[in-house]
Amino acid sequence: MAAAANDRDRDAARPCRPLSGALPTPTLAAEGIARTMMPSERASAPTPKETASRPLLVVENVRKAFGGVHAVESVSFQIEAGHVQGLIGPNGAGKTTVINIISGLLRADGGTIHLLDRRIDQLPPHKIAALGVRRTHQNIRLFAKMSVLDNVTVGQHLLRRETLVERLVFAPRGRAESARLHAEAEALLARVGLQGRARVPAAALSYGDQRRLEIARALASHPRLLLLDEPAAGMNHTEAAALGELMRDLAAQGLTILLVEHNVQLVMDVCDRVTVLNFGRVIAHGTPAEVTRDPEVIAAYLGTDEETG
Amino acid sequence: MLGALHAFYTQHSALIQVGGINAILAISLYFTLATGLLSLANAAFMGIGAYTGALLTMRAHWPFPLVVLAGGVLAATTAVPLGLPVLRLRGVFLAIATIGFGEVVRIFFINWSYAGGALGIDGVPRKTTWWHIYLALVLLLFICWRLRRSRAGYAMEAIRQDEAASATMGINVTAYKVAVFVAGAFIAGIAGSLQAHLRYIVDPNDYGFSTAVDILVYAVVGGMNVFIGPVIGAALITALPDILRQFTSLGVQPGPDRALASGIVLLLVILFLPEGLVSIARFRPWRRRQTTAIATQRARAGP
Repeated sequence: MAAAANDRDRDAARPCRPLSGALPTPTLAAEGIARTMMPSERASAPTPKETASRPLLVVENVRKAFGGVHAVESVSFQIEAGHVQGLIGPNGAGKTTVINIISGLLRADGGTIHLLDRRIDQLPPHKIAALGVRRTHQNIRLFAKMSVLDNVTVGQHLLRRETLVERLVFAPRGRAESARLHAEAEALLARVGLQGRARVPAAALSYGDQRRLEIARALASHPRLLLLDEPAAGMNHTEAAALGELMRDLAAQGLTILLVEHNVQLVMDVCDRVTVLNFGRVIAHGTPAEVTRDPEVIAAYLGTDEETG
Repeated sequence: MLGALHAFYTQHSALIQVGGINAILAISLYFTLATGLLSLANAAFMGIGAYTGALLTMRAHWPFPLVVLAGGVLAATTAVPLGLPVLRLRGVFLAIATIGFGEVVRIFFINWSYAGGALGIDGVPRKTTWWHIYLALVLLLFICWRLRRSRAGYAMEAIRQDEAASATMGINVTAYKVAVFVAGAFIAGIAGSLQAHLRYIVDPNDYGFSTAVDILVYAVVGGMNVFIGPVIGAALITALPDILRQFTSLGVQPGPDRALASGIVLLLVILFLPEGLVSIARFRPWRRRQTTAIATQRARAGP
């Protein structure tokens, strides 16, 4: 019985088809994804049919208080594999706190988070990243003094296998790996629209470009879940639309995305499902159309009749 | 040509050897600084290496290469239990904690009667030759050079710039911090052991706060962004008394004025070359234009 359950997990554990888009060869990308997975998950063949019905991430009753302020009070939601899920809400609703908790930068006071069947809420951030969860930051956190390319190279940390000893003896494997990762990084930069800027220091990029670079850096190790914290902030309409297209593209290739965003148009265009937070609680969940009709959501954003009238 | 070189060496051999050891010490600090850790424990690690080396040679009669290695290993072993709790601290707090460790080590040596107490150890056989020092230095420079574009090298640089963002890249920040701290201790221990066999005595007061600061000055003066920087800084600061000697006719006293001169050098470097002396080599007029362009671009991007 245990074995059967294990088999099911293995099948479910392959939600991501390779991000083959502009990457050099699909096999390389697939190899990269396999590396970020648990050893038991590697051998199985992909079964996209089954994965579509199974949530990739399950957040249950997560709580977080800062002193007396309850930033997040019992938040629960799920993200289906391959979906783009919006997480919206007024300022201070706890959206960024939720992302910080999922990525491990903050530890929840209570509740559980499961990535497939693995509980991740007690893990340190680097282990969560190794399970295939990557993020961007609301207040851009690039390595400002490094070049654009080097930022992506750091993002490839989990893919790099060359040991220091191999490097000291000039092992050919390392050189081949570096060349491959370099090509992959360049392709990734082209994909987010940063071609030709590889040598520029990250700090010299415009605001929108820095956000795009953060996405490229997060994608660099072929994650299966991408947490985007206001990626379109500071972007104009055209840029935001291009970003939306990129997100749909990535989702079509099997990446699951959690999108925190204030740009309502972008959320409506891109998301399969939307979860609405207010004062640290989930007040609505559904398709974008359902959510915008929800009276409680309207009240949260526009105020209730009693308040306004 | 060779004759001139030989003459130069015989005239300055002490300086060349001490400079080499100081360069090794400076590199030991580079490992932690490159990861964004301001640790001032390396003088103490050097002391541990020196005592270990001197005692193993004089009391246990171990062969010299093993003695040098043991100095590094013992210093590194001490660094593990120290690093695990202390490396949670950042910036100046880490510096204070490591200074505290240095004082504890110094006072331990002063009260350790088996190793000569406050007088230290006298009559350590001279076994270190110039090529021992420079072999170690070249090996270290090679490792630093290969580290630069490696997985670990990128991780160290990333941790220096943003710890939390590094962690979300899958970098095990704590492991890297402890690793560079221990590596720095190992190198400092080797430098200490080499030094003990170079100048006959081991004095507990040579491994205190002022040495810790000296090592930091090498790195700051030379520049911390490139591994060659600390070596250049160490060479310059070590040679400073001999440089001053050229000006005795002007009333300069090489001994007493050394501290003053190194202070002036440090001040000038911090004011005019914040990235250290190595940045002179990279200085070209277009760099200035480029940085101005970056500044305007950033200003235009707005907050």
